Amino acid sequence: MQAGELTPALLGAATWSDAMVEAAGIPVVDVPFVSVGGGIGSFVTVDYLRIAGVPVSDIRVLSNIDHPWQTYQYLTRVSQIPERERIRSDSSSRPDNIWGFPSYALSEAWRDRTLRPLVHVLGEPLFADYWTPRAGDVFAGMRRESARIGYEQMRVTGVVRLVRRREQGGYFTILTPPAGSGPTKRVAYRSRFVHLAVGYPGLRFLPDLQAYREQHSDFQRVVNAYEPHEHVYEFLKTRPGTVLVRGGGIVASRVLQRLMDDRERHGLQTTVVHLFRTFVTGAHGPHLWARRKGGDGFAYQGFNYPKSVWGGQLKARMRRLDGEERAALYREMGGTNTPKRRRWQQQMRKGRVEGWYRASQGTVQKVWPDTDGTLVSLVDGDAGSQEIRADYIIDCTGLEADIAEHRVLADLLEHGGAGRNPLGRLEVERHFEVKGTASGDGALYASGATTLGGYFPGVDTFLGLQVAAQEIADDLARRGWCRRIGPVRSTAQWVRWVLGRPV
Amino acid sequence: MVPILLGRIQTRIFLLAIVGSAVTALLTPVLPGDGALADRYRTTFIVLAAVAVLGIGWELLYHLLMQFRWEKDWPSLFGLLSGVPEAIVLWLLLDAELVPGIAAAPPLAAFVVHFAVVWVAVWLAANGPMRVPFLRWRFRGGRLT
Repeated sequence: MQAGELTPALLGAATWSDAMVEAAGIPVVDVPFVSVGGGIGSFVTVDYLRIAGVPVSDIRVLSNIDHPWQTYQYLTRVSQIPERERIRSDSSSRPDNIWGFPSYALSEAWRDRTLRPLVHVLGEPLFADYWTPRAGDVFAGMRRESARIGYEQMRVTGVVRLVRRREQGGYFTILTPPAGSGPTKRVAYRSRFVHLAVGYPGLRFLPDLQAYREQHSDFQRVVNAYEPHEHVYEFLKTRPGTVLVRGGGIVASRVLQRLMDDRERHGLQTTVVHLFRTFVTGAHGPHLWARRKGGDGFAYQGFNYPKSVWGGQLKARMRRLDGEERAALYREMGGTNTPKRRRWQQQMRKGRVEGWYRASQGTVQKVWPDTDGTLVSLVDGDAGSQEIRADYIIDCTGLEADIAEHRVLADLLEHGGAGRNPLGRLEVERHFEVKGTASGDGALYASGATTLGGYFPGVDTFLGLQVAAQEIADDLARRGWCRRIGPVRSTAQWVRWVLGRPV
Repeated sequence: MVPILLGRIQTRIFLLAIVGSAVTALLTPVLPGDGALADRYRTTFIVLAAVAVLGIGWELLYHLLMQFRWEKDWPSLFGLLSGVPEAIVLWLLLDAELVPGIAAAPPLAAFVVHFAVVWVAVWLAANGPMRVPFLRWRFRGGRLT
């Protein structure tokens, strides 16, 4: 066995002693706080802690990406949001600013010396679509904040294999550094606290599309919107074609926009067939006080959750619910949705009138290639069975894989005492400690998509990550590990932020 | 904003007490009207207190109206424009001499300027600067405690 490798004894034990790790020849690094992931979840949490006064030397971020916004940047780019485009996020949800003030709109107004963003925000959502920031500005802000808090000095490159409890309290986090970068295959981080922000466990394809891809080894014409699929748009520039778009969420809207923008810009003859599993025809909801707008197949909502999950009534309500009651409220406010943007409405209206955009309801039973190469989808819907023929199929349903697909989470469920919440994700406390994983005076926290279904909804959003970070920082302060940010420190640190001074 | 009922009430009272008082203190001497400065101060501060007290009732109404919104949010514009009905009702009460402690209504111009400046200042504070010292305020539906 290679030096410093995980031994069967270690792999089989739920709790490790220092001696066991030493016996395996795995070098140990001591640091009080370890964040696993290195995406925006880690970044926002570490930002909070740094502002609370935790020194760089007390934090390590174990990550296989180079900067926190890397994965997000990749996903936004392939799902048709280039940097100049605006993302679907509120003006005051700033991962680079824990106060959310100045908001993105105010910053943009100041930078560009114009009142337009502010007037827009004032009129939203009644007289204008929600004002949202440009993807490029979000990345630039994080780059600046990253430098300000010394993020790079805290980041350690590698892949985290697992987290196990330590006999004397706290945890061991096993990191696999890049091959050849050290004398051993693994390095153990011994810490009192661990924070997991590993993001989405992965994408899941619709079963019929997965079957088609496997059976016909065709990864070109049946694509997922979250994988690179620029070739589809390029093909459509060379000859008229039909695209079947599946799904009714924000990604479907983005893909439709790209198809319709290209059609307009390059004078193309693209035909779009849009298939919804649930076709929404109007306002919907259980009662008068819970009705969401909808129409033309879509459920309309400004952001991916009703706004009050980030601080208002829904947040307060969910915080009190457990088990089936919690699952029921998630169902009530859930469901695929997209914002009702004026530009998109206009484009689709044009498409319907001119006959090149058609939406229908149904579930696909089977997909196969016809003799001429066209993809045929057999669809069962409310209006009966139909065959939809298309040159390309873009899956925009955004199904997510089970959390156990992620190695670290699977290990935590098996050996770490973690359990699942009513939606099947990682069950966390109100302060984001993973239930059942306490170890001596240590604690293991999680934030982001893996904790969806907890006492706080909206976890997989910029603001949700900040809510989690605040709860975690406050819990760490209760444990006496760091300072609680009070009004004076908060204000003083905000002034430093404005001036661009290090924390 | 995404307030809860208690948060609405707490935020209103807090901001009127801090921002509203500061604005009133600075503004009263330059408002139109005659009489001793002390009396004018007395009037403007009672008006300020009336906005806070009546506001509890208004907030109940806003909270009820908000229930018809799917998002359970309260757009900034609502927060700004709700000053209009509040000002009208308060003026009617002042005019009818129903506000305790104020025997005669102040000049209309003084009332309008005072109310508008306080309202806008409080609204501006609630839409951003409030989040600087009170980091948890926005995630608690406007609750300060």
